[in-house]
Amino acid sequence: MKWGVITFPGSLDDGDALYALRDVMGQDAFPLWHKDESLRGADCVVLPGGFSYGDYLRCGAIARFAPIMKSVARFAAGGGFVMGICNGFQVLCEAHLLPGALTRNRTLSFICERVYVRVDNAATPFTRAARRGDLLRLPIKHGDGLFVAPEAELRQMEERGQVLLRYVDANGAESDQANLNGSTRAIAGVANERFNVFGLMPHPEHAVEPMLGGEDGLTLFRSIMESLG
Amino acid sequence: MSEQPVPMPGERPVDLVAANAHGLTADEYRVIERTLGRAPTLTELGVFSVMWSEHCSYKSSRRHLRRLPSRSELVVQAGPGENAGAIDLGDGWVAVFKIESHNHPSFVEPHQGAATGVGGILRDIFTMGARPIASMDSLKFGSLDHPRTRYLLGGVVGGIGGYGNCVGVPTVAGEVMFDEHYNANILVNAFCLGLARKGELLSARARGVGNPVIYVGSATGRDGIHGASLLASAEFDASSEAKRPTVQVGDPFTEKLLIEACLEAMRTGAIVAIQDMGAAGLTSSSSEMAARGGVGIELDLDQVPRREPGLTPYEILLSESQERMLIVCERGRESDLTSVFEKWDLHAAVIGQVTEGDRWRVRFGGKLVADIPVRALADEAPLYDRPAAEPRRAPLPRSALRDVPAPREALRRLLDSPNVASKRWVYRQYDSYVLSNTIAGPGGDAAVLRIKGSRRGLALKVDSNPRACAIDPYLGTVATVVEAARNVACTGAHPVGITNCLNYGNPERPEIMWQFIRGIEGLRDAALALGTPVVSGNVSFYNETEGRAIPPTPTIAMLGLFTDVARQVGSLFRRPGDTILLLRTAPPSLAGSEFAALFGDAARSLAPIDLARENALIRGLVAGAERGLIRSAHDVSEGGLGVALAEACFDPDAVMGAQIDGLPASTDALADLFGEGPSTVVLSVAPENAARVTELFSGLECRVIGRVTSDPRLRIASAMDEPATGPAIGEDVGELRRIYEQAIPRRLGGHD
Repeated sequence: MKWGVITFPGSLDDGDALYALRDVMGQDAFPLWHKDESLRGADCVVLPGGFSYGDYLRCGAIARFAPIMKSVARFAAGGGFVMGICNGFQVLCEAHLLPGALTRNRTLSFICERVYVRVDNAATPFTRAARRGDLLRLPIKHGDGLFVAPEAELRQMEERGQVLLRYVDANGAESDQANLNGSTRAIAGVANERFNVFGLMPHPEHAVEPMLGGEDGLTLFRSIMESLG
Repeated sequence: MSEQPVPMPGERPVDLVAANAHGLTADEYRVIERTLGRAPTLTELGVFSVMWSEHCSYKSSRRHLRRLPSRSELVVQAGPGENAGAIDLGDGWVAVFKIESHNHPSFVEPHQGAATGVGGILRDIFTMGARPIASMDSLKFGSLDHPRTRYLLGGVVGGIGGYGNCVGVPTVAGEVMFDEHYNANILVNAFCLGLARKGELLSARARGVGNPVIYVGSATGRDGIHGASLLASAEFDASSEAKRPTVQVGDPFTEKLLIEACLEAMRTGAIVAIQDMGAAGLTSSSSEMAARGGVGIELDLDQVPRREPGLTPYEILLSESQERMLIVCERGRESDLTSVFEKWDLHAAVIGQVTEGDRWRVRFGGKLVADIPVRALADEAPLYDRPAAEPRRAPLPRSALRDVPAPREALRRLLDSPNVASKRWVYRQYDSYVLSNTIAGPGGDAAVLRIKGSRRGLALKVDSNPRACAIDPYLGTVATVVEAARNVACTGAHPVGITNCLNYGNPERPEIMWQFIRGIEGLRDAALALGTPVVSGNVSFYNETEGRAIPPTPTIAMLGLFTDVARQVGSLFRRPGDTILLLRTAPPSLAGSEFAALFGDAARSLAPIDLARENALIRGLVAGAERGLIRSAHDVSEGGLGVALAEACFDPDAVMGAQIDGLPASTDALADLFGEGPSTVVLSVAPENAARVTELFSGLECRVIGRVTSDPRLRIASAMDEPATGPAIGEDVGELRRIYEQAIPRRLGGHD
């Protein structure tokens, strides 16, 4: 399968996503440029972490207007797989391809830590290589990761199983302490209703090699590979 | 008669009073008049004042910096006081690195001051064609109880994070110290390292008459004018707050675009020379590139991208607006470069050309506004051999330790001291993951990075020891260099090169000059003994407020090299049952220690340092790591052995403790537990390897003192054991770790 990784001005982890997919996982992965409209035949489009356009306005608020985002929206509407990591998640929310919004961490500061997230729905194309309840150890590094959504929407999302990942402690239990950024319902990753668009604040591309502290991030990429078989 | 530069309309003729107001002395002004054969225009006076400032010219330090060793078989390029240095890493890679101060701007405006310090050092690295891959910072604040410290700490850390996180360069290590001597003059020293392919380093030497000069990056505004001269090269006083407009404002988003665009433009091969517009902006970059190439240069300021109308030539030439670079391009290939910058939505404008001869000429509105010999600006600033004298200090009474608590209480108090405690509150605000090279990030003895596609790797550490330097500026500097090398060696890397930032007070005072010269001598002797050349550096003088100088603070950043980074060693104990070894070159002392700072100043002199023994310890550590014999190695620093043992137990993912019952019988049990000098390391090794490891350190003290336990308690038996209460220390590791982790957040009262 083919992976396209978008570079917006200010994207930072685009190179890491390409490295993880290409060099570590041996995938056919290539960069996509924000000014282009072509997705170059990608089966899955990745929106990477970073500070697109400096995020001087709301995070992701400008990137959603990049020319390539029109193609991403069309691609998603046609059922194509889209994955947004950190800033990419923020862009997808701003573009209304995912529900909710990401706001300032409750600490009001940037947080860089390795955390545990629990897979709460493993019956999705993005998590099928895991089992429900599995813990993944992934880094987070963001200033605006506090997930919010209207209560009614949250309830619907839970009913439909759209909450894929939640911040938990090392034993898999939710706790205020484990929810570093203060996200509503400890939400770390969500999918859209059709389960073809996925956004998460943790960075799976930074967790693909034991030498750098773990390879739990592979589970998410492998899930997508299995789904597109 | 050739064309003469004209003053701007309404400009008063320049005289000595104007020169003094620009920070130039009467003698310096006379030299300027003699060089030009006439009085300078105001524009020219401004240009001279920044180029001849201490910050840009190193006029007080240059003759002393020449004494530093800067060569080894691995050094590709070295230039203390000027460019970043470069060291050959093997496998076709070179590391380019430098550390620089941004002290005064950070005190006046902490967020922007620190942010632009990071931005400036990044540009020093990628201007050489190297991709920045790692940042570090050495920060000195006043006491955490001082009312201004919280504001400064929050601003500086926010500024470093805000800039560094947004440009995609990981912050992998650093140091933070709180001490009342920095209450009125904090230190912010920023380090960056980049990787380049060997043979592909770019030069900053203008060549080729007729080659165009291209300006790229942000537009020029009025920010930062006289940052180098009036802010960085003068003491602080009550009016310093008013200097806030001389602090530049950073835009990390543009810097990220500039990094990518410059690295892409370099691949076209059309760049002859490139330099960032740092201190003294357009003036320094253009005149220094011309001076290095032995050519002239002509600039047309009407072509410079500007943020607002009405900027005068004086302002354009002196602006320190950030995120700007100056390029000399091969003639005829301008569009190869400008198309790259257009792709990244950055300004690129031809603003001049390389000329025959030796003149730095500037036009504005069609008129000549400055005409100065290039070398007068870049190379011929006055050099000073300032008088130096050891201060005559009345012999201080040997003050007794006061209120010394029992060892277990002392350990807790030390772990709770902000200087010893975890700096997680600081470094968790920095991205340490981006670029996917970080094997060991902040919190260990040194950062460890891999090099993709190679087995080789890097270790990085920045150290300083102002308390020791205050007691003895020579030995304190030697101790700092040795500590930085030892930290790197604890991870298993060979120390191979140094960059330094020498922070001192006002060099016009003989006492300060003496401190500085003794620091240079210490740096030289230690660097020679350890085989770690000084490849780049920076001097920051005038770190004093109202006549009170900071303690002498040479900051040493050490680069270590792994031939096989898979052999890297961490600082945490790893396996219950492992043997714990105490390795040291000499018994420690409380002089200059955190213990002494907390419980009384017990010593007034430092023990001598035997550099041959220090070198043997470092070589042994590296050899042990390369043979896979060492499971963990942790340098004993602030808080002494007691703290180092506790820290080695603080693995967040494992429950472990240590049983220490083999400490040497010593006359000073307190110093054994909490002393800090000269050099002590705690090792853990598999029991069957203990003898082989000990052999690596023949001639040094290396003894078994205990073992790693699965029981999460730290037990230390010492001469101070009390029969009634058991061992001197017998604490729950989890509880100690909570003290250690909470010390700084607790004082800041914020959310953890």
